[in-house]
Amino acid sequence: MSINLDSKIPEGPLADKWDNFKADEKLVNPSNKRKFKVIVVGTGLAGASAAATLAELGYQVEAFTFHDSPRRAHSIAAQGGINAAKNYRGDGDSIHRLFYDTVKGGDFRSREANVHRLAQVSVDIIDQMVAQGVPFAREYGGLLDNRSFGGAQVSRTFYARGQTGQQLLLGAYQQMARQIGLGNIKLWNRMELVDVVTVDGRCAGIVTRDLMTGEVSSHAAHATVLATGGYGNVFFLSTNAMTCNVTAAWRAHRKGALFANPCYTQIHPTCIPQSDDFQSKLTLMSESLRNDGRVWVPARAGDDRAPDQIPEAERDYYLERLYPSFGNLAPRDISSRAAKRAVDNGQGVGPLRNGVYLDFSDAVSRLGKDTVEERYGNLFEMYERITGEDPYSVPMRIYPASHYTMGGLWVDYELMTSIPGLYAAGEANFSDHGANRLGASALMQGLADGYFVLPYTISNYLAPLLNQPVPGTDHEAFKVAENAARDRFRQYLSIGGTRSPDYFHRELGKIIWDYCGMERSQQGLEKAISEIPALYDEFCKDLRVTGGGDSLNQTLEKAGRVDDFFQLGMLMCRDALDREESCGGHFRTEHQTDDGEALRDDDNFAHVSAWEWTGDPSNPNLHKEHLEYEVAKLQTRSYK
Amino acid sequence: MSTKLTNLKLKIWRQAGPDDAGRFETYEIPEISDEASFLEMLDILNERLIEQGDEAIVFDHDCREGICGTCSLMINGQAHGPQRASATCQLHMRTFNSGDEIVIEPWRARAFPIIKDLMVDRAAFDRIVESGGFISAPTGGAPDANLTPIPKPVADAAMDAAACIGCGACVAACPNGAASLFTSAKLSHLNRLPQGQAERFRRTEAMVDTMDDYFGSCTNHGECQAACPKEISIDMIALMNSDYRKAKFKNRKNLSRI
Ligand SMILES: Cc1cc2nc3c(=O)[nH]c(=O)nc-3n(C[C@H](O)[C@H](O)[C@H](O)COP(=O)(O)OP(=O)(O)OC[C@H]3O[C@@H](n4cnc5c(N)ncnc54)[C@H](O)[C@@H]3O)c2cc1C
Ligand code: FES
Repeated sequence: MSINLDSKIPEGPLADKWDNFKADEKLVNPSNKRKFKVIVVGTGLAGASAAATLAELGYQVEAFTFHDSPRRAHSIAAQGGINAAKNYRGDGDSIHRLFYDTVKGGDFRSREANVHRLAQVSVDIIDQMVAQGVPFAREYGGLLDNRSFGGAQVSRTFYARGQTGQQLLLGAYQQMARQIGLGNIKLWNRMELVDVVTVDGRCAGIVTRDLMTGEVSSHAAHATVLATGGYGNVFFLSTNAMTCNVTAAWRAHRKGALFANPCYTQIHPTCIPQSDDFQSKLTLMSESLRNDGRVWVPARAGDDRAPDQIPEAERDYYLERLYPSFGNLAPRDISSRAAKRAVDNGQGVGPLRNGVYLDFSDAVSRLGKDTVEERYGNLFEMYERITGEDPYSVPMRIYPASHYTMGGLWVDYELMTSIPGLYAAGEANFSDHGANRLGASALMQGLADGYFVLPYTISNYLAPLLNQPVPGTDHEAFKVAENAARDRFRQYLSIGGTRSPDYFHRELGKIIWDYCGMERSQQGLEKAISEIPALYDEFCKDLRVTGGGDSLNQTLEKAGRVDDFFQLGMLMCRDALDREESCGGHFRTEHQTDDGEALRDDDNFAHVSAWEWTGDPSNPNLHKEHLEYEVAKLQTRSYK
Repeated sequence: MSTKLTNLKLKIWRQAGPDDAGRFETYEIPEISDEASFLEMLDILNERLIEQGDEAIVFDHDCREGICGTCSLMINGQAHGPQRASATCQLHMRTFNSGDEIVIEPWRARAFPIIKDLMVDRAAFDRIVESGGFISAPTGGAPDANLTPIPKPVADAAMDAAACIGCGACVAACPNGAASLFTSAKLSHLNRLPQGQAERFRRTEAMVDTMDDYFGSCTNHGECQAACPKEISIDMIALMNSDYRKAKFKNRKNLSRI
């Protein structure tokens, strides 16, 4: 297959590129828009905003989600907030600064032009969401409040209590609901994409499985958007919602869409540690807790005294010690690795010795219990509900967990994958965060893609297709894909082995976490690359799916998703092995400075690794998109 | 520190499909850690069922953090179980005792037909929102976000209402299967904000009328408020009723102008 890795970055100085694109793009005249059908798969922030906007413009939109309602998408769970370069505080923020912070935060592994556009449209997002009635936090004067988030030096984060994702998603969902009510969007709920169909190299549509009836069917369109979220659940335990999965992106990958930087995954430092092997899901504790909590472990490995029995002098406040200027607010990747090292060193705390303390006793004595309660009361309550411990009197225990995936489908500046007519938006694409994402930037990116980028770029593709016939669902390619999907699900049912899909998912997750988690080494990755196929082989022979294929069957759904996670897991490890440097969330033990910090190799690795499916999951083809930096100066991140 | 609960007996509603009569089945849980969440207990049971060749129990869930509104379950007759102000996914086994018998059923309401086992169809909620639960603000053209100051108490009150997770516990808890708390929460969110004024009465009439098409009528039992994982107050229902009366009046007047 010939691969065209043209990123299609528009001409002109960085700050003018987006305007130049808009000035030159091809448009579809309003009365012709209804002649085009666009499929949007996924109705989280990225998908709901795209579907609503495209329908408002006049396209015929069909939206798909495996949830019962768009309002359930994983976006709903985001707590902290959304960034925008509004500079409402007058504290020196600007589009340029947000752009720069994002490129630097991503450890200089993202595409400058995309990031700059993201910073530009960020301001429109806030206007749009407020117009829709999102109840962002306000000050007494009635203007919008902001906070600083994730160690940023300016206050540019907008928030709605600890439920920002919920309020933004409900906003986008309501806007979409209006279009559904008007008949401009047809919503297919409880429908899972199980394949992507291409005809003559273009995306012709999708194949879905109706989760209620098991029926496999085809849907054709002029263009298809995948806004199907991230793949953090490859680790089994993560802060992602239980049903988050990689299937849509993976099926597109198998049909020719390149998968970029799969090894860039974000591990969030403040989650509640695992309490037992049976655990199904980890819970995030908002990063804001690090503003007032102090992280420590006993200085001596194996010290099992209760925290209040350990005197000050025998505690190691390792973040404050190692990173005096950022202290407890050191960036996510750095804090996560430091916690891992403490635990690996035997200094872990809690019954399973798998956590570190986040201690509020100083904050309580400095600010008073009331102030601490006002700031973090709901989080403390949530913690107590899960662990049965009261954080006002016993330090919280935290540990890093998989949280977000920067890697995803490769897209060009127009968010089109390497398959013409197939787009990817939101967490499903790789576009804006490089090797590490800043807090409060995923919501921004999802809404930027859906509201302000795709609606412009998609017309550039559609305009020349006006009045051209497109393949319908009776085309042979759809029939072939449908049959392959039917066979695949029948196969899961017929193996008749002994183990549930969850068993295999958990075992796979352990391998990926151990060897392709917070720290990676050549030896570990090679081990993973040999262990995953063996486990996958066992999955193919020993899987047991009970129930049938023609009514709702959650075990069967899960089997399909775990199958795709296996194949993705192999690619992740391959990518991590290939990237012989440390950058952002990707830390290779062989590539570190004397004091244990990430060591980038800009001469050899300032590129996007875009992988092509070859039919053999352990033998993908690598394509490289070189990253040019016109404005940002490549420097070493330092948080000392 | 974690301790174990022993000898739990679960009576779980099994129903093969919408048309099946359904029945209770009993399952033993010999031992479970008190650290496990309620849904993790069901996960473990399901894994056991699958490995012994039986069909897993279908139940709805996703975020497991009390925010997506996907989980449901009547636990010993209470929507979302015995813990106040939380969803089923936030319930932990330490709330129970060794030897307990726990009865687990789906939401039961005319407007929420059972799909399978413990899963119900809550699409009627989406129909209510589609009929008017929005502010018409197409993308682009929005004025600067700080153009209209909104007093903090108003924004906070709108947020209190907007916190609804759409789980349906209010409907399940209501003896009449009414959806007044859900509908009024959305109306109180949008009708309180300056941006929501233009469509206030049209929205109210449309949403209440759609609600009446699917759900039973409210007779002020107040069970909904007690069951709500987000503690949404029944005061919202009063606001809705008052707006609805005004809406009927105003919209009729508008009609006469045409
Ligand atoms: C606990 C937590 C807290 C977070 N907090 C923040 C924060 O404070 N700020 C921030 O900026 N970011 C935060 N994030 C990250 C952010 O929430 C996500 O990156 C973002 O919401 C992803 O949005 P999305 O629209 O791309 O995908 P999602 O919201 O994941 O939506 C995916 C959609 O795709 C559908 N789908 C998937 N696969 C298929 C398929 N095969 N067939 C049909 N439909 C499919 C799903 O049904 C769903 O509708 C947080 C993440 C977590 C886990
Ligand atoms: S699973 Fe999301 S609210 Fe319970």
